[in-house]
Amino acid sequence: MIEIQNLTKIYGDTTVVDQVSMTVETGQIAALVGTSGSGKTTLLRMINRLVEPSSGKVLIDGEDTSRIPAHALRRRIGYAIQGHGLFPHRSVAQNIATVPALLKWSEADIRARVDELLELFQMSPAQFRDRMPYELSGGQQQRVGVARALAARPELLLMDEPFGALDPVIRAKAQQDLRDIQRRLGTTLVIVTHDMEEAVALGDRIAVMDKGELLQYGPPSEVLTQPAAPFVRELIGEGERPFRLLSLTRVGDIAKTGEAGGETIPAGASLRDALAECLWSGRSALPVEGGGVVTLDQLESRAAQASVA
Amino acid sequence: MARLLLAAAALFLVLFLASPESFAGLFRPFVTNNAPAIYTQTGLLSLTLSHLGLVGVAVLASTVVAVGLGILVTRPAGREFLPLARTVTSIGQTFPPVAVLALAVPILGFGAWPTLVALFLYGLLPIFENTLTGLTNLPPEVSEAARGMGLTRRQRLVQVELPLAMPLILAGIRLSAVISLATATIGSTVAAKTLGEVIIAGLLSSNTAYVVQGGLVVGLLAILIYEAFQALETRTARRIGLARR
Repeated sequence: MIEIQNLTKIYGDTTVVDQVSMTVETGQIAALVGTSGSGKTTLLRMINRLVEPSSGKVLIDGEDTSRIPAHALRRRIGYAIQGHGLFPHRSVAQNIATVPALLKWSEADIRARVDELLELFQMSPAQFRDRMPYELSGGQQQRVGVARALAARPELLLMDEPFGALDPVIRAKAQQDLRDIQRRLGTTLVIVTHDMEEAVALGDRIAVMDKGELLQYGPPSEVLTQPAAPFVRELIGEGERPFRLLSLTRVGDIAKTGEAGGETIPAGASLRDALAECLWSGRSALPVEGGGVVTLDQLESRAAQASVA
Repeated sequence: MARLLLAAAALFLVLFLASPESFAGLFRPFVTNNAPAIYTQTGLLSLTLSHLGLVGVAVLASTVVAVGLGILVTRPAGREFLPLARTVTSIGQTFPPVAVLALAVPILGFGAWPTLVALFLYGLLPIFENTLTGLTNLPPEVSEAARGMGLTRRQRLVQVELPLAMPLILAGIRLSAVISLATATIGSTVAAKTLGEVIIAGLLSSNTAYVVQGGLVVGLLAILIYEAFQALETRTARRIGLARR
């Protein structure tokens, strides 16, 4: 669990982060979202002390981070950034091994861990471990960047716009993979993004920041249906609200008994996908894989929640 | 083609130094009054080796000091020394080596030392400036990642910053080496054993053949060393994905 208490950063006369307090539970994903200059990156960088706070505290499982030497703290916290920041003079395996090597793991342990991570990210170790970063595609570089951040099994992973440099198709896949891997490992994750779509797709909690202040911190459904400030409403985008809300729920969760014709939709698909499929194929109900149906009426009433608030 | 020419140049140099007399015919046209065509007071091979040794020691010293200075002034604690270091290395480059020799002889006496000092000072600037550029122009996200991973300052320097700056540092050493190779010839005016001895003997006795053979050996050495360094730079650069040409 990470507790951020009254965290503040002041540069000269400018308050970049202003008295932010929030708690991220173990195993959860918190998405910090805001425009550029909102202070979200500074807030993130204060967690691993790449930026020293002007005042306030960060506790990791109750331990005050300011009492740990900065480099030792950072070895305990995974860190992945936009443009991956891979060391260009080191191979994929050496890059991934960075923190384990700093922590003086045995060579056999490091080797096993590197192979394990490459496999986790669907990159064959035999094929990739000795490649140099410039020999990889953008998506592969990004995955190696995340693998490197996870190498020493950190309890906490910080990510700053990790998918910023990827094209939309690869990005969606990367988000999905990250979510799966995070669930599997149980890592606590704080991710910075300027994209509300990404925040909704990934976050168990969304923190909306503007001008250094934390405007709202809550589950995506709450942020979408009860925006706490006009800026939050603006960031969500009026026209996008119903669709964002639908994207939060899986088809399997609302499927009811009944019969419907045509192609089935996977239970894991979002209601947004189901709505798109209904509209596209002109059907008013879709059969759900594994039994049951989901109807257009259900989808409509779900989406209408967005306008209640 | 370029490779072939280089190999030919290297072969010629080796053969010529091994047995200068066999090439007497080549230099005969430059000789008047039946003067000897090949310099024999001191062996050309031994002069070449001592010339290379002087340059090697001087460049090594320049490298250690200039890279050290470059590292110092890019650390937070040493940043204030940057203007001073710039001034010192610039003066080293702009102060004519001949003048350095003249000033050094009364203190250090005749022989190799004054030449070493002159070459050392002359070679600082290119290595220092290149080290500085290499260490300050690292990709920002790489430095950020290195810090974020928990590398200490020293670890960042040794494991990330220096390896990435290496191609530029090597380029600086290459420039210094080539400049020193030519400049070392003047060391013979103060009794250092260099190929300058051949050239000076030629000038004093109006024997153009001496001047030509001295210059030729220095020139070939410079080209070969230049190319060797460039190959090394390209290899390091390619390794870190910065393949040039």
